Amino acid sequence: MWKWLHPYAKSEKAFELCARLLPWLSISAIVILATGTLWGLMFAPADYQQGDSFRIIYIHVPSAILSMGVYSAMAVAALVGLVWQLRTATMAVAAIAPVGAVLTFIALFTGAAWGKPMWGTWWVWDARLTSELILLFLYLGVMALYQSFDDKQQGGKAAGVMALVGVVNLPIIHFSVEWWNTLHQGATITKFGKPSIAPEMLWPLLLCILGLALASAALSVYRFQSELMRREIHRPWVQAQARKEHSDAV
Amino acid sequence: MNPRRKQRLLAVSAVVLVVASAIGLMLYALGQNIDLFYTPSEIVQGKKGVKPQVGQRLRVGGMVVEGSVRRDADSLAVSFDLVDTGPTITVSYQGILPDLFREGQGIVATGYLTQANHIQAEEVLAKHDEEYMPPELAEAMKGIKHVKPSEAGY
Repeated sequence: MWKWLHPYAKSEKAFELCARLLPWLSISAIVILATGTLWGLMFAPADYQQGDSFRIIYIHVPSAILSMGVYSAMAVAALVGLVWQLRTATMAVAAIAPVGAVLTFIALFTGAAWGKPMWGTWWVWDARLTSELILLFLYLGVMALYQSFDDKQQGGKAAGVMALVGVVNLPIIHFSVEWWNTLHQGATITKFGKPSIAPEMLWPLLLCILGLALASAALSVYRFQSELMRREIHRPWVQAQARKEHSDAV
Repeated sequence: MNPRRKQRLLAVSAVVLVVASAIGLMLYALGQNIDLFYTPSEIVQGKKGVKPQVGQRLRVGGMVVEGSVRRDADSLAVSFDLVDTGPTITVSYQGILPDLFREGQGIVATGYLTQANHIQAEEVLAKHDEEYMPPELAEAMKGIKHVKPSEAGY
């Protein structure tokens, strides 16, 4: 049943697949992200309580959701890398981690910028904010572990274990606002039942989430390609690829 | 799946499971200490049988009772009552309140308990959108209508 996947465990095939996917991912990401952001920032109505300040939601919520989504993707790659011992999967972990770390940082930063005018504080040690900060440290830990081994296969294994253990944090982040009382409000769209946001505000938000998801995928794919080439620099297919790109450029 | 992969999968799952249960137990043991604030009824009636002591530094979170905001005429001193589902707590504060502060709004105040039901606050934070308060709180607060900060008149 999974036979069709098998060729992509080979780095050369994986590189080709990425090369085919990358243009589609990047173009749709740019178009959707631009539409959603412009719609949200310029045309969506202002909030009845927070006025125009609420518009930071169009950056904050997508990056926060994707900081967790990207982590799940990284954890799946780590699981495949550990159980099936695929070199390409550990390279994917290394490629995805910095993308997720940047998304987490954006979520924390925009959250602080939003918290100051609305709540009256940049930061408060409530369960949601603290668990999201731990997510940032998990990403940084995965990156550091991968880099700290000279043997990248060993580094990939260590980073993979850390990435998998960190999965425990994902439900904690998501349910922190339900399990404990926090300054951060509860879920607006990632819950069962009707989203508690007006449809004309919701649609641009969904576009922004989709656009950022595509952008994260595009960045991860691009980084994955570089990681493949870096790790296999002495293999004939990389050299052939390099010669081809060189002749294309000239 | 061949036996070696199965063994690795089991080992990885075991590690994740052990860490998850360790963290789960830790969070369970810390329990309510992870809560950011006490609710007014927890301060008056106690939380799991433990009442906060007078002089204790704590946070309280609740709804500002309508009609309870009293401003001093010639200083920034202000006092208001907070409620969740039970008794109310009076909060005194000196300073500038956040823009979202108004009657009916959920807020979180940090300060010292000076009497059983009075808090001298050092910091007042607004919790936006009471729709996201705990269900029993939202229930108790139904019927409180929103007033735009610019029209609140205090």
